[in-house]
Amino acid sequence: MAILITPETKIIVQGISGRIGQFHAQEMIETGTNVVGGVTPGRGGTTVLGKPVFNTVREAVEATGADASLMFVPPPVAADAMMEAADAGIRVAVSVADGIPAQDMMKVKRFLRRYKADRKMRLIGPNCAGVISPGIGFMGIMPPHIYMPGRVGIVGRSGTLGYEAASQMKELGIGVSTSVGIGGDPINGSSFKDILELFENDPDTDAVMMIGEIGGPQEAEAAEYIRDHMTKPVAAYIAGLSAPKGRKMGHAGAIISAFGESAQEKVVILQEAGIKVAPNPSSMGVTVAEILGKKAAA
Amino acid sequence: MDIHEHQAKDILAKFGVPVPRGGLAYSPEQAAYQAREIGLPVVIKAQIHSGGRGEAGGVKFCRTEDEVREFAAGILGRQLVTKQSGPAGKGVYRLWVEAATDIAQEIYLGFVLDRKSERIMIVASGAGGMEIEELAEKDPDSLVRMIVDPATGLCDFEARELAFRLGLTGNQIGQMINTLRACYRAYRDLDATMVEINPLAITGSGDLVALDAKMSFDTNAMFRRPEVAALRDLSQEDPREAMAAGSGLSYIGLDGDIGCIINGAGLAMATMDMIKLAGAEPANFLDIGGGASAERVVTAFRTVLTDPNVSVILVNIFAGINRCDWIAAGVVQAYKEVGMTIPVVVRLAGTNVDEGRRILESADVPIITAGTLAEAAEAAVNARPNSAAA
Repeated sequence: MAILITPETKIIVQGISGRIGQFHAQEMIETGTNVVGGVTPGRGGTTVLGKPVFNTVREAVEATGADASLMFVPPPVAADAMMEAADAGIRVAVSVADGIPAQDMMKVKRFLRRYKADRKMRLIGPNCAGVISPGIGFMGIMPPHIYMPGRVGIVGRSGTLGYEAASQMKELGIGVSTSVGIGGDPINGSSFKDILELFENDPDTDAVMMIGEIGGPQEAEAAEYIRDHMTKPVAAYIAGLSAPKGRKMGHAGAIISAFGESAQEKVVILQEAGIKVAPNPSSMGVTVAEILGKKAAA
Repeated sequence: MDIHEHQAKDILAKFGVPVPRGGLAYSPEQAAYQAREIGLPVVIKAQIHSGGRGEAGGVKFCRTEDEVREFAAGILGRQLVTKQSGPAGKGVYRLWVEAATDIAQEIYLGFVLDRKSERIMIVASGAGGMEIEELAEKDPDSLVRMIVDPATGLCDFEARELAFRLGLTGNQIGQMINTLRACYRAYRDLDATMVEINPLAITGSGDLVALDAKMSFDTNAMFRRPEVAALRDLSQEDPREAMAAGSGLSYIGLDGDIGCIINGAGLAMATMDMIKLAGAEPANFLDIGGGASAERVVTAFRTVLTDPNVSVILVNIFAGINRCDWIAAGVVQAYKEVGMTIPVVVRLAGTNVDEGRRILESADVPIITAGTLAEAAEAAVNARPNSAAA
């Protein structure tokens, strides 16, 4: 079944008429993802890649029954697109936009609380690579061919490090149930803990690889959840051992500003919770093999 | 984005925070003039984007105009090194001359984005003057924290409660409520990421006044805050970082000798970790960003090579939204245009990787290629001219 994207998921692309939206929508369609349409205000009634385009998300949902949306919407208006999707009844939304003002995300997080659990939207990102359930489909900007279908979940802040983990695992013959990028921003739609909960409840996921980095409290929160509530084994890697304090390392959220936010401190917090931490980024695959009880093949 | 103390005071005063009378000076003569206008004694403060100015000799209490002139002449144009500025320090090009205040007590007041609650958090302490890190370590019990609900903003009762918890009395309560509300509104309305008043002084006559002020802003929101964006002072930024940012690159200079060109912040940090574990140090953090053209790759090479310590360049690309063929073309172009004299190690993976590798192989450039992250880091460490090939 995997998480977030299943064979039943019907996906629209907000911003499908743009160059980037079209490029990635095409790749999604080519790899068999169930894209049912797109939204570009003012382009309603046209088609892109053979899919109908609507002026509003509400129209798209009414006409296609879409329940998921991938957003290629520029940062200044990305928050508005998220709220529009939530209001139209979209249940899973992925935003790849990098550069959304933090206060816009505060507003979005408040807005999402308007809806009751049975119709609440789960937001992935922003500033993330997206979600892929190999063999089923993907919503995002990742290269889909590097993922092999399988039974290990991946959740990480960084897109490229997620690719790195997936390809190391593939080398060892370990496949992926779903890989989720939660993004590098200080305020994100879903936390490590949110995604770990989904993996814990997913019958098709046996173990999870979690890829964190410097900055913020979410890895520590995840450690507590894993220790107290997870039955499935979790491996982890934390990037930024050589990152200086107080400097923003690319991601808006990758900055050590408080106690417990450095890579070294997070590694200790995870280890104390009984989580196997990969000692370096090229041993992520081997560490997953270890928690699966397999012999490290390479 | 950081701004100067005098700019932060100017902004906060407009929102209603009490600040001492002061004026800006770019020369010793202007400083003396400001001191005369304001009335001696005055405090002169070097305007740099860094804390720890007092300890570093960047702040001076002056009783006479001669003292003002002498201090200004000695510090203007100099690099001021503080414990927060880095070893190169920050250039002092402007001074803030301010009426001296009779201080009875110092309060710490800070507004930050709390990533746990995803809201604005107020941190305050009746034991101000120290840096917040020091305060948190030495007197953690004195810290009062309050999270503001964005729906209502800061309520009067909350501000009042905070004022009483800091031990304020009489007129100070009303003044504190005004100050807290002003800071909150400034934070919210201008897309700040940090507002700090340290110290907020209680004067001998019992009134509150902000003796220092710091504000940082969300660079992602500057498109809608042109009045704040205009306060940016490039003299306070690393010129290489500023130049890189102008071309869509995220660059941070570090102390090692292995130059890094990588896509994605996470992979960049991880590659730096690998270099460190392989026994060397990275010269920089550099994320070329998504959809990088060959031109951007060339700019990345130029940026990394401005650091004279760089003895080898490691390019590590795992392309998703990027394309390995464009990156490879950029590497080849850079080799030819920049006049490369040091070894270059390239590892490509992801979108269009075969095409990328073909471009590298068919070009007549002596590039060391690597298949995996571990191989790439090792190759880079061993390719250094001074390396004993450990």
